[in-house]
Amino acid sequence: MRNVYLITTFLVVLTLSVLGLRGGYFTKSPIDVFPDTLFPGMKFTSKVRTQGGFSFFSDGRSDRLPPSGVVAYSQPFRGDDSVLYLGKAADGSWVRGYPASLKVDLAFVQRGRERYTIYCSPCHGNVGDGNGITKRYGMGATPSYHDDRIRNLPEGDIFDVITNGKGPAYQMGGYADKIEPKDRWAIIAYVRSLQRAQLGTINDVPAQVKTELGIK
Amino acid sequence: MSKHFPKSVNKLPLQIIIYLFVISGLATAGVTYYMTPKYTRVGYAPVQPVPYSHAKHAGELGIDCRYCHSNVEKSGFANLPTAQTCMNCHKIIKPNSPLLAVVRKSYETNQPVPWVQIHRVPDFVYFNHSVHIARGVSCVECHGQINQMEVVGEAKSLTMGFCLECHRNPAAHIRPRDQVTNLDWKASSEAEQLTMGAKFVHDWKVNPPQSCSGCHR
Ligand code: HEC
Ligand code: HEC
Ligand code: HEC
Ligand code: HEC
Ligand code: HEC
Ligand code: HEC
Repeated sequence: MRNVYLITTFLVVLTLSVLGLRGGYFTKSPIDVFPDTLFPGMKFTSKVRTQGGFSFFSDGRSDRLPPSGVVAYSQPFRGDDSVLYLGKAADGSWVRGYPASLKVDLAFVQRGRERYTIYCSPCHGNVGDGNGITKRYGMGATPSYHDDRIRNLPEGDIFDVITNGKGPAYQMGGYADKIEPKDRWAIIAYVRSLQRAQLGTINDVPAQVKTELGIK
Repeated sequence: MSKHFPKSVNKLPLQIIIYLFVISGLATAGVTYYMTPKYTRVGYAPVQPVPYSHAKHAGELGIDCRYCHSNVEKSGFANLPTAQTCMNCHKIIKPNSPLLAVVRKSYETNQPVPWVQIHRVPDFVYFNHSVHIARGVSCVECHGQINQMEVVGEAKSLTMGFCLECHRNPAAHIRPRDQVTNLDWKASSEAEQLTMGAKFVHDWKVNPPQSCSGCHR
C-alpha cells in the first residue's frame, strides 16, 4: 500500500511540473476540453464574422470591395446637406459657422471636447498648442491652433481637414472613418473654444467670480 | 494448514475504499484546476504579425482605446484598427522601422494586416460591446490591464459564470461613463464603489439579462 501512495504522489508531482500553475502565458491556441475538431459546429459555425476571413473567395475577404464610384450608406449623397457633410456652401466655398441642423450649446461643445481628447490631442495637445505626446517622438509638423491663419480658417475648411487630412503627403491623416460628421462639427466648436481661451483677458471673467477670487 | 493470505489482507477492503476516495479527490481537483477555461484559456497570447505593444501606445503614450478601437461604443463588435490608423503616426514616427514593414505593405496594397484573434465567445453566445460601454462597464473588467501588456493575452476566462457574476451584481463593477477607457481608474474604496454603483444602477435603470435568452438568442 505504501508503494501505491508513493506512485500516486509521484504522479501528482509529475502532473504539476508538466502542466504548471494557472496564470502563465502561452502562444499555441487553447486546448478545449471538447475541441471543435471532434465536435464540429458545436461552438464555432462557419458563419462569416466581422473582420474575419472567408476562404470561399480567393482574396480571403468576407466582404466584397464595392465597385468604384459606389457611395457607402453612411456617406453623403449628392442631394444631401452639403454644409453638414462637406463643409461647403452652395457655391462651393468653405462655409463659416455651423450647419443649421445642429444646435451649438454646452452639451455640443462638451461632446466635442471628449472626441477631441480621443482623436486629436495625441498630436495637437490638450490645449491645441501642437505639443501633444507624439511631438517628443518626431511628429514635428503638428501646428498650433493659436495662430492667426488657423484662427481665421473657415469652419468648413477645418471640417475638410478632419475628413480628408492635410498636408502635401497627408502628414495629418483623414478621420472620416472614425468620426461621424456631427461629431466633426462638435470638435470644431471645441477647437474654436480652445482658440478663444488663449485670447482670454481679465475682462472675460464674470463679475461674481471676480469677487470670489478677490480680483478687482 | 498453511495460511494462504497474510493477516494484513483483512484490512485491504478498507484500504482500497480509502484509496478510492483519495484518488477520486485528486482527480476532481485535477479536472477542476486543469480542464476549466481558467487554465486552458487564460493567458492565451498568440504571436502577432506586428510586435505592437499596448503598454507603449495605450500606457506610455496614453492614446485612448477608442482612437484605434473606434467602433467599440457604437457597435457590438470592437474593430481592430486599419493600417491607415497606424500610418497616421507612423508615416512620420519611425517611418522605416523593419518592425512596421507589414503595416506599410498593408497600407500600400490594401490587404489587411493578418492579426490573430484572441478573445472569442462561442457562436451560440450573443455579446455586444456598446451596451456594456454605455453602462459604464470598463474594458478592464473583461480584458484586464491591457494598458500594461506588451503582448495582449486573455486575462479573464469569459465563461458563463464570469458573465453572470457581474450580471447578478452590476453595482460592484460599473463606473462613471467617462472613465470606461481609463483602465487605471478605481473608486477610492470598496464602500464608495458600492454606493456609487448602486446610484448608477438606479439612475440608468441598469438591468443586465440573467435569463438564458438574454445571451443565447
Ligand atoms: C497623428 C497626428 C495628428 C492627429 C491625431 C491630428 N492631427 Fe491635425 N495636423 C497634424 C499635422 C502633422 C498637421 C500639419 C499638416 C500640414 O499642413 O502639413 C495638422 C494640421 C491640422 C490643422 C491645420 C490645417 C491647416 O490648414 O493648416 C487643423 C485645423 C487640424 N490639424 C485639426 C485636427 C483635428 C480637429 C484633429 C482631430 C480630429 C486632428 N487635427 C488630429 C497632425 C495630427
Ligand atoms: C494604437 C492603436 C491601439 C490602441 C490605442 C489600443 N489598441 Fe487594442 N489593439 C490594437 C491592435 C493593432 C490589436 C491587435 C494586435 C494585438 O492583439 O496586439 C489590438 C488588440 C486588442 C485586444 C485583443 C483583441 C482580440 O483579438 O481579442 C483587446 C482586448 C484590446 N486591443 C483592447 C484595448 C484596450 C482596452 C485599449 C485601451 C487601453 C486599447 N486596446 C488601445 C490597437 C490599439
Ligand atoms: C498616436 C500615434 C501612434 C499611432 C496611431 C500608432 N503608433 Fe506605433 N508608435 C508611436 C510612437 C510614438 C512609438 C515610439 C517610437 C519610439 O520609441 O521612438 C511607436 C512605436 C511603435 C512600434 C515599435 C517600432 C520600433 O521600431 O521600435 C511598433 C511596432 C508600432 N508602434 C506599431 C504600431 C501599430 C501596428 C499601430 C496601429 C495599430 C501603431 N503603432 C499606431 C506612435 C503611434
Ligand atoms: C463585458 C465584457 C467586455 C468589456 C467591458 C469589453 N470587452 Fe472587448 N471583448 C469581450 C468579449 C467577450 C470579446 C470576444 C467577442 C467575440 O467573440 O467576438 C471581446 C473582444 C474584443 C476585441 C476583439 C474584436 C471583437 O469584437 O471580437 C477587441 C478589440 C476588444 N474586445 C476591445 C475592447 C475595448 C477597447 C473595450 C473597452 C472600451 C472592451 N473590449 C470592453 C468582452 C468585453
Ligand atoms: C462587469 C460587468 C459585466 C460583465 C463581466 C458582463 N456584463 Fe453583460 N451587461 C452588463 C451591464 C451593466 C449590462 C447593461 C444592462 C442594461 O443596459 O440594463 C449588460 C448587458 C448585457 C446584455 C444585454 C444586451 C442587450 O442588448 O440587451 C448581454 C446580451 C450581455 N450583457 C452579455 C454578456 C456576456 C455574454 C458577457 C460575458 C462574456 C457579459 N455580458 C459580461 C454588465 C456585465
Ligand atoms: C450573461 C450571459 C449568459 C446568460 C444569461 C446565460 N448564458 Fe449560457 N453561456 C454564456 C457564455 C458566455 C457561454 C460560453 C462559455 C464558454 O465558452 O466557456 C455560455 C455557455 C452555455 C452552455 C454551453 C456550455 C459549454 O461548456 O459549452 C450552455 C449549455 C448554456 N450556456 C446554457 C445556459 C442556460 C440554460 C442559461 C439560462 C439559465 C444560460 N446559459 C444563460 C453566457 C450566458
